[in-house]
Amino acid sequence: MKQTTLLKVASQNIVKNKMRTLLTMLGIVIGVGAVIVMVAVGNGAQTMIQKQISSLGTNLIIVMPGSGQIGGASQGAGTFNKLTVDDADKLKRDATLLSGVSPVVSTRAQVIGGKGNWRTMINGVSTDYLTIRDWSVSTGALFTDADVKSGRKVAVIGATVAANLFPDEDPVGAQIQIGHVPFQVIGVLAAKGQNAGGQDQDDVIIMPSTTAQNRLSGNIRLGQILASATDANDINAAQEEIKGLMRESHKLSVDGAEDDFTVRNQTEIAAAATSTTKVMSGLLAAIASISLLVGGIGIMNIMLVSVTERTREIGIRMAIGARGSDVLTQFLVESVAMSVLGGVIGLLVGYAGAALLGHLTGWTTATPVSAVAIAVGFSAAVGVFFGYYPARKAAALNPIQALRYE
Amino acid sequence: MSNTQPVIDISGVKKVYAMGANKVYALRGVDLTVAPGEMIAVMGSSGSGKSTLMNILGCLDVPTEGTYSLDGIKVNGMSKNQLADLRNQKLGFVFQGFNLLARTSAIDNVELPLLYDRSGRKLDTKAMAVEALTRVGLGDRMDHQPSELSGGQQQRVAIARALVTQPRLLLADEPTGNLDSRMTVEVMALFQELNDQGITIVLVTHEPDVAQYAKRIVEVRDGHIRRDHPVLNRKRAEEDLKALIAAHVGEEEMPATEGAEAA
Repeated sequence: MKQTTLLKVASQNIVKNKMRTLLTMLGIVIGVGAVIVMVAVGNGAQTMIQKQISSLGTNLIIVMPGSGQIGGASQGAGTFNKLTVDDADKLKRDATLLSGVSPVVSTRAQVIGGKGNWRTMINGVSTDYLTIRDWSVSTGALFTDADVKSGRKVAVIGATVAANLFPDEDPVGAQIQIGHVPFQVIGVLAAKGQNAGGQDQDDVIIMPSTTAQNRLSGNIRLGQILASATDANDINAAQEEIKGLMRESHKLSVDGAEDDFTVRNQTEIAAAATSTTKVMSGLLAAIASISLLVGGIGIMNIMLVSVTERTREIGIRMAIGARGSDVLTQFLVESVAMSVLGGVIGLLVGYAGAALLGHLTGWTTATPVSAVAIAVGFSAAVGVFFGYYPARKAAALNPIQALRYE
Repeated sequence: MSNTQPVIDISGVKKVYAMGANKVYALRGVDLTVAPGEMIAVMGSSGSGKSTLMNILGCLDVPTEGTYSLDGIKVNGMSKNQLADLRNQKLGFVFQGFNLLARTSAIDNVELPLLYDRSGRKLDTKAMAVEALTRVGLGDRMDHQPSELSGGQQQRVAIARALVTQPRLLLADEPTGNLDSRMTVEVMALFQELNDQGITIVLVTHEPDVAQYAKRIVEVRDGHIRRDHPVLNRKRAEEDLKALIAAHVGEEEMPATEGAEAA
């Protein structure tokens, strides 16, 4: 039988039993639709996390104070903070795989100026900071290396701080008080949005690290050192280099002492975060594909009914010259047509569902193009797999008995 | 095809069914030759073996013993697929229950055997179906579904389906079993007309009246052919039809062939 004829016969039979076909297809529609929605949600979550992590900075490496032990009991990270500006200077001077190094002196302080007052995060940093964080100044300018050296009282304020203190005017050039110390605002940072933890990254003021240490925190220890690897592929090598230099700087190289600092990089953070969502979206897709399986069983069931119902028809076809393979193909085409049609409808339903879900919840949803091929391919496979047994049964019928079947 | 080669040539055909430990002999040695252009009625009561004979003649079943040649082709030892192709090429079936595909138009039903043609010939299946339907007088009913046709019309669609492949042999199994007397005569008139055009017909019936329209009667009993004799006073269905119409002049306006199923 020609392909076009086969399709015609299959479509005739599908159309003849509209209600039954619709209900059978519904199983596949729901199955494929559910898989698409789940993949979209999982994918969206992954994209969002990746975006947030990359907003931390480019090829970011973070050096943090290590933990220590007191009488055998491990203390929390930062208990023995030994990070100093000297460490940062050494990294800046000696490291070959780093494009930028910045100490970070963190403290919180009350800021008074413009229209009111505001409590915010103060980061004392070097001029490399913006490059490392992949950040920029929207108006005004960043302080210079000379400002850092001299400990000038200048500040670059985050977008949120600017909005709170100077809602209607340009803050550049204005005087503000940070923890009772007068500062001059020389720039405003570009808005960066929330980080992966949901914190507002724009609610911050940056200033030279020396100024922050001397005027505000009064502590020679650093909260952390940020560095940026020159090449994304060298990020692990750069991390090792930092470890080596830090041990040198802390004079740990001679004996087998443990590191008194911790080095982490962005890919590690990203991997940890995305692996969680990967597991979640995998689980969701697995659950959704169970409904695809159930849909397939529905097809098998209805095809078995159809074969029994149409025993006489099969007998007629065989009597007038249909081979077993003709009958097999006819029923297979029918089940595959049903499942593929269901798959395509499910695809549309899934896309619409994902879009609606994204609209209602505000989640990012992203359906990869490969999902289309997978959905259609899978539903066709379901049709073949679950249609084969009924079709085989039809093809094996004895024409004499089939003709006599009432 | 020469006229001397028999359409059917079976000799020593036996058919044994194994029913558990018992063996049931449906045919106990049958010899039969049918020449081209013949019209044979196979008669016999139920259980006589005539259905088994019919199935073997129709290549739906194979004999346990003996040989069968259809149009000079030896059927013994053929595979299922070869038998299917042979049925498609050489045979036309007409059944008692019409056996048309439901919810399928007359033309699509008639076209069906051509769709299974594997000879590789290029066929204008639509045109051939139209021609076959016109030949049985249903040129104006081509798009009707079986449920919209009377029993006699349905049987004529079935005959068109059997004819469309231009078979060597038309096998009819109780073709008038489900028809009233008027439609029976109509269908038999069509068979006689087709036979006059040279088509070989074997029909199974248990009605002696119907058998009288054939040229030769073969009586089967207990798995043997008991009698094989020509019909002496062969009836002409066309004349019987005229007589029937004359007897029911009043019903002319509402022909019996219409509306029987529509009600």
